[in-house]
Amino acid sequence: MIEFIGGVIILIGGAFSLVAGIGLARLPDLYVRMHAATKAGTLGAGLVLAALALEAQSLEVAARALAGIIFLFFTAPIAAHLLGRAGYLAGVPLWSQSCMDELAGKYDPESQALEGEPEPQSTCGPLT
Amino acid sequence: MNLFLLNLILALVWGAVTASFSPENLVFGFVLGFLSLWLVRHRFNPDNFNRPIRIARLAGLFLIELFLSAFRVAADTISPRMSFRPAIIAVPLDVDSEVEIMLLANLISLTPGSLSVDVSTDRSTLYVHVMDVDDPEALRREIKDGFERRIQEALN
Repeated sequence: MIEFIGGVIILIGGAFSLVAGIGLARLPDLYVRMHAATKAGTLGAGLVLAALALEAQSLEVAARALAGIIFLFFTAPIAAHLLGRAGYLAGVPLWSQSCMDELAGKYDPESQALEGEPEPQSTCGPLT
Repeated sequence: MNLFLLNLILALVWGAVTASFSPENLVFGFVLGFLSLWLVRHRFNPDNFNRPIRIARLAGLFLIELFLSAFRVAADTISPRMSFRPAIIAVPLDVDSEVEIMLLANLISLTPGSLSVDVSTDRSTLYVHVMDVDDPEALRREIKDGFERRIQEALN
């Protein structure tokens, strides 16, 4: 029974990893691609490791798999944040179908200091 | 006295009494210890018990979000027509400590469909890239009432 559950979890994890790869290839801009790469990738790898922890009959293997999941969950968002920020600062444009960009004009070009937004827009207006 | 330490000692005592220090037995002893401490909770500061429960609730909320939105993003990715509308939206922050902002930004990034891009220098605003936006106001409310409120509860 445990073997069956583990197998299903591995299949789901593999499917998410596949979707992450497809997304990386066909999504329209850097930022949307990052969604596929970080999220689906983390979940996919996380599920495979979780299934390994479940199926492994030894505590050593299970502990290492769990440590792998924890490290993935700690490092993936930080890498994504830095890549997104670097892309934005380097001037990578948003996809033309994007509906707003409240970050526009908020960076100080010299110091890269970032202003806050006291009154965010409430409707998804045309991209300026 | 640190209740967590007391709980650990109870787990060790359980291991000694049942003459087995296998990991499963120690974890079981820890759970038993927690339950018995919980029974006499009126003798301790009640906050010691609420916090682990609130942290567990935050973790539960995160796991549910993770799965629900993973399927949405997967559907958007493989559907032949690209009908989603991405945007970078500003989310005003109520949390102000570094740890809380880090936790919020990381949870948002791990939840499919939203990605923290940056925090303003004065820590008043979090900029989030969202994969599909209908109503930015509803999205902000979702983040603030969900993760932000739970983080405040878990850490304060």
